[in-house]
This record gives sequence, C-alpha cells and structure tokens, in this order.
Amino acid sequence: MTWGSASEFFAMGGYGFYVWGSFGVVALCMALDALTAIKRHRDARAAHPEPGENS
Amino acid sequence: MTAPVFSAVLVRDLRLAARRRVDALLPLAFFAVAVSLFPLGVGPEPNTLRQIAPGVLWVCALLAAMLSVTQLFATDQADGSLEQMMLAGGSATASALPVAIAKAVAHWLLTGLPLVLIAPLFGVMFDLSGRSIGALCASLALGTPILSLLGSLGAALTLGVRNGGVLLILLIVPLCIPALIFGSGAVSAVESGSSARGHFSLLGALLIATALLAPLATAAALRIATE
Amino acid sequence: MLADIRFFTFASPPRFYALAGRLIPWLWAATALLAIAGLYIGFFQAPTDATQGDAYRIIFIHVPAAWMSMLLYMVMAFWAAIGWAFNARLAAMVARAIAPTGAMFTFAALWSGALWGKPTWGTWWVWDARLTSELILLFLYLGYMALVNAIDDTRRADQAGALLAVIGSVNVPIIYFSVKWWNTLHQGATISATTAPKMVATMLMAMLLMTLACWAYAFAVVFTRTRAVIAERERDAKWLNEVVPS
Repeated sequence: MTWGSASEFFAMGGYGFYVWGSFGVVALCMALDALTAIKRHRDARAAHPEPGENS
Repeated sequence: MTAPVFSAVLVRDLRLAARRRVDALLPLAFFAVAVSLFPLGVGPEPNTLRQIAPGVLWVCALLAAMLSVTQLFATDQADGSLEQMMLAGGSATASALPVAIAKAVAHWLLTGLPLVLIAPLFGVMFDLSGRSIGALCASLALGTPILSLLGSLGAALTLGVRNGGVLLILLIVPLCIPALIFGSGAVSAVESGSSARGHFSLLGALLIATALLAPLATAAALRIATE
Repeated sequence: MLADIRFFTFASPPRFYALAGRLIPWLWAATALLAIAGLYIGFFQAPTDATQGDAYRIIFIHVPAAWMSMLLYMVMAFWAAIGWAFNARLAAMVARAIAPTGAMFTFAALWSGALWGKPTWGTWWVWDARLTSELILLFLYLGYMALVNAIDDTRRADQAGALLAVIGSVNVPIIYFSVKWWNTLHQGATISATTAPKMVATMLMAMLLMTLACWAYAFAVVFTRTRAVIAERERDAKWLNEVVPS
C-alpha cells in the first residue's frame, strides 16, 4: 500500500478520525497501563524498612 | 447431619423475619417504588409502557433481590451466630453447604416469592395482557430462585467488606444477566404473540444449573469468609 | 530423570522476581519489534479494502485487543485457581497483576470496535452477542479488581477473588450463548455483525504480528506488576532488601 503523501496517510481515505482515534486511544491506554505498573513497582521498592527493622 | 442444619437455619431465618415484618417488606416496597418511576420518567403512553414492561419489571425485581441479599449473612456474622451455624454440623466443611442452601431458600421465600405474587399488580399498571402477566409470574417464579442463589453467593463473597452492598451488585449482576434476558424475553414473546417455550426451557435449565452449582460456590465462599 | 528437574523453582517469589527482572527488558524489545513490523505491514503493505476502505485497518488493534482480553481472563482465572488450590502465593499474585491489563484490553477492544462500527455499520454500538459479552467481560474484570481490593486480609482476598474469577470464566460462555439465543429467539431483532473481509495474506500477517506484540506487551506489564506485588507483600523480607533496586 503506497500512500501518495503524508496527508493521504493521515486522512486514511476519509476515515482518519476513526483509525487514529482507535490507535491513539489504545496506545494511550497501553502507555498508562505500563507506566502505572512501573510506578507501582518503584513505589513498592522505595518503601522498604530501615536495616535492622526486620522482625 | 446436613438436614438438621438446613432446617434449623431456615426456620430461624423465617422466624426472625416474622418478628421484623417491616424489614422483610422493604425489598417489595423498593420494587414498587422503582417500577413506578418508569411511567413517570418515560411518560404514560400505554404502547411504550407495554413494550418496556417486561424489561422494567424484571430489572426492578433483580435490583430488589440484590439489595435485600446484602444482609443475608452480615447480621449473623456481626453477632457471632454465623460461626455457630458453621460449626453446627460438626465442622465448617460439613455445615457450609446446608447453611448456604438454607439461606438462599429463606431469601427466596421472603423476597422472591412475594415478588412473584405482587407482580400481576404491576403488570396491570403497565397494561400487559392477561397472558403476558401469566408469563411474567412464571418467568419470575423460575428466575427469582436463580437471583436468590446467585445473590447468596455474592453476599458470602463480600461478607464483612467495606461497601459490600454496592460491590455485591457489581459482582453478581453480570452473572444474573442470562436469567434477565430469558425472563424478560419470555414475557416480551408472549406479549408480541409468539411462543415463549424456548425462553422458558432455557430459564429452567439455568435454574437447574444454578441450583446445582451456586450452593457449592457459596459454601466455599462462606468457608473463605469465616476462616 | 524427571525428578531432577525443579519444576516449581520459579514458584518462589525471590526467584521469580529475579527471573522476571531479567526478562522484562527483552519482552519490551520484542513488543517494540513486533509492533513495528505489524504496523508497517498493516499500514504500508496491506491493501485498501474494497468495501470498508481504509477504516478496516482498525482491525490490527481491535482483534488483538479482543483476543488478549479473553485470553488474559482465562489465564487470570487459571492462576487464581492454582493459588487457591495449592496455597501458592505467587500464583495468586500473578492473577492480581493480570487483571488491570486484561481490563485495559477489554476497554481497548470495545473502544476500537465502536470506532470501527460507526463508519462501517453506521452506529457506535449494537446489543448483539459479541459486544454485550465483551462489555460484561469488562464488568467481570472490574468486579474482580474491586473485590480483591475491598478485602483487607490478603489471603482471604486472594481466595475470594479466585472463586469469583473461576465463576466468571464459567459464566462467559453462558453469557455469550444466552445473548446469542436471545437475539435468535426474538424474531426480527438486531443486525448481525458484518464479518471481516476474507483475509488477504498481508492483512493476516499484520494481525498475527500485532497479536504477538500485544502478547509480549502483556507479559512485560504483568511481570512488572507482579514484581510490584511481590515487593509490596514481601516488604519486610530480607531477600528483598538485598536485591539491588531496579
């Protein structure tokens, strides 16, 4: 599939809103999903007890 | 060993409900109020009401059943009697199943059966034909036990949990959807003149499957909650 | 000979934590490569569809997301059940880690499906079997997450969650068929979903690559979240404090 120009690519034959609306929102969701997981891990590691506090 | 536990729990629940008759009637009052909201919100056009009646009546019955099931185990757990019930058969493993079944049966007798009995009144409010009202009662007669069984499962799962009531509705309503679909579908079919036999067969099958499986799951949930 | 293989060695949280930590960068790399390949073929090699125009290209994210949403639910229910049956802590942690990603993919499938439906069917939504069941799947994920978060006692939460997840997995086919029967029982009911066009090889290749990309992504995120859950639960454990924070 050869697109004539960049604007043709973004237009997606008139369906640009739907195609990029799908891919865009899903990409955003995946980024949020990944970032919240990474942040959760970082926060969990940061909250470790001081040495000598182990019961 | 299971029969005495079952009858003891069932009789106790019914007796307690008889002493607090107002509490037992609350789900029915909710049903009445909720159902009455629809003609007020949607408009009194008889044709519209007749069309939405099966769905509205079924959804309100579902919500009434879910709201009343939250207290199924909670009050007993709060005063320690649930623990006693769980030990009544000798061990939690032996008692959990009869307790689960008895609670579901009690809930149905106190909420489901009355709903079946008062439904015709509201069917008339929505201008349903006589045959449709008959189908409505039959579908609720088959469907409300399913709701009680699934509701008791939800109550056991959310026992003692914050916001348990809302959480229960979120968890159990998806599971009730097949019953809702076939139940209201049966009434719609009769109202539009076609046969509801398929709906009733499926509803019956759903009831049998739920009756066989839900108590086991509820018993497991009770054991998890009271460990 | 078989007895020499330590099958359950990675059922131990510290070992899994270390292994996952090493695998995660590779999983991200795989995700990126597969996604680039899939998207390239999907947008630059697959031809325009005769009936749907270029709108059909949504399929390259919609179908993988839908497949992942269903696959992840079964995997989540499986590990939750294992955790419950064998009292295996790590299995229960993995189940919890899967849920948010599974819910995300379910939403992605519903969203992309709506945006695909509007130009092709003329409507954002129809209440047919597949869409309704997928919506209910989202509710099942959210219900699971709500339940395990509402119960403070970790072990009880894991067990209750496992029971709910297993019940949900039994219910998913029931819901799918009941909604399908409802539409067929109701004469003259709704539109049936237009089936996807017969697959051209490039389209199929792009879809498979995107599915693999989503799968690698899911592994990467679920492993990361599992490590987070391990770190939270084993906060006081000595082994955790000796591990270099990563």
